[in-house]
Amino acid sequence: MAAPNPNNDHAAIPGDTGLEQFRSYLLRYALLQLRDQTAAEDVVQETLLAAIEGRAGFSGKSSVRTWLTGILKHKIVDRVRRAAREQPLAGNDAEAERSDAELVDALFAGNGHWNQPPASWGNPELSFENKKFWEAFEACARLMPAKTARVFVLREVMELTTEEICKELDITSTHCWVMLHRARLSLRECLDLQWFGKSR
Amino acid sequence: MKILTNCKEVSELLSQAQDRPLGLGEKFGLNLHLMMCNGCRNFGKQLDFIRAAMKRYLERGVSGR
Repeated sequence: MAAPNPNNDHAAIPGDTGLEQFRSYLLRYALLQLRDQTAAEDVVQETLLAAIEGRAGFSGKSSVRTWLTGILKHKIVDRVRRAAREQPLAGNDAEAERSDAELVDALFAGNGHWNQPPASWGNPELSFENKKFWEAFEACARLMPAKTARVFVLREVMELTTEEICKELDITSTHCWVMLHRARLSLRECLDLQWFGKSR
Repeated sequence: MKILTNCKEVSELLSQAQDRPLGLGEKFGLNLHLMMCNGCRNFGKQLDFIRAAMKRYLERGVSGR
C-alpha cells in the first residue's frame, strides 16, 4: 500500500468496498463487448483486483470510474485480440454476416433509394427516461451478429478509432466501415420496429 | 464532384461521418442530398441519437436504475 502522500493525490480513491460500487457499470461495459456473462465477470474481477493492487497508479487526475474503465478496456482488448487469433470467423459468424448484408440490401431498392425512408423519431431523447426503452435497446443491441457487434462496440463503447480497430482485428478500414454501417442500420431498424415506429 | 442521388451511398457516408472527417467534396455532396431528402436527414439524426444512447446505456448502471 502506498505511503501517505503529502500532495493528497490518493485522497479520492475509495477503499476496496468503494471500488465495488463500480462493478455493475464495469460489468455492463464488458458484457456489451464480450457478450458472455462468465467472460465479462472474469475481466471485471481482474480489473478490480488490478485496481486494488495498482492503486498507486491512480493519479487523481481522472475520475475513479474513468481510471477503472481504462484498466478494463485493456483487459477486454487483450481478450478480444486473443479470441480473434484463436477463433477466426467461424461458420456461424460468416452466415450471420451474410444475413446482415442481406438485411442492408433489403432496406434499399435496386436504384439505391430507401424502400421505406426513415421517418422522424421526434424527440428521441425523451425515451431515455423510459425503462421499457432500455429493454428494447438492449434487445436490439444483442440482435447484432457477434462480429458486427464486436466492431460496433470497439468503436462506440471503447471509442477506438477505425485505424485502431483495423489493427486489432486485422481487417481493412473499408471492411470496418462496411461493418459499422451495417451495425448502425440494423440497430436503427430494430429500434424503429421495437420502439419509435410503434406509435405510428 | 459526384452528384449523390443514391440513398444507400448517402447512408454509408453518414455512417462514415461518425468515424472519420469527411472531405470537402463529400460534405458538399452530402449536404446537397440532405437538403432534398427527408429520409436521409432523419437517418443522420438517428445515428447521432444511437451514439448518445449507447453512452447513456452505460451510464445507467451507475445510477442503479
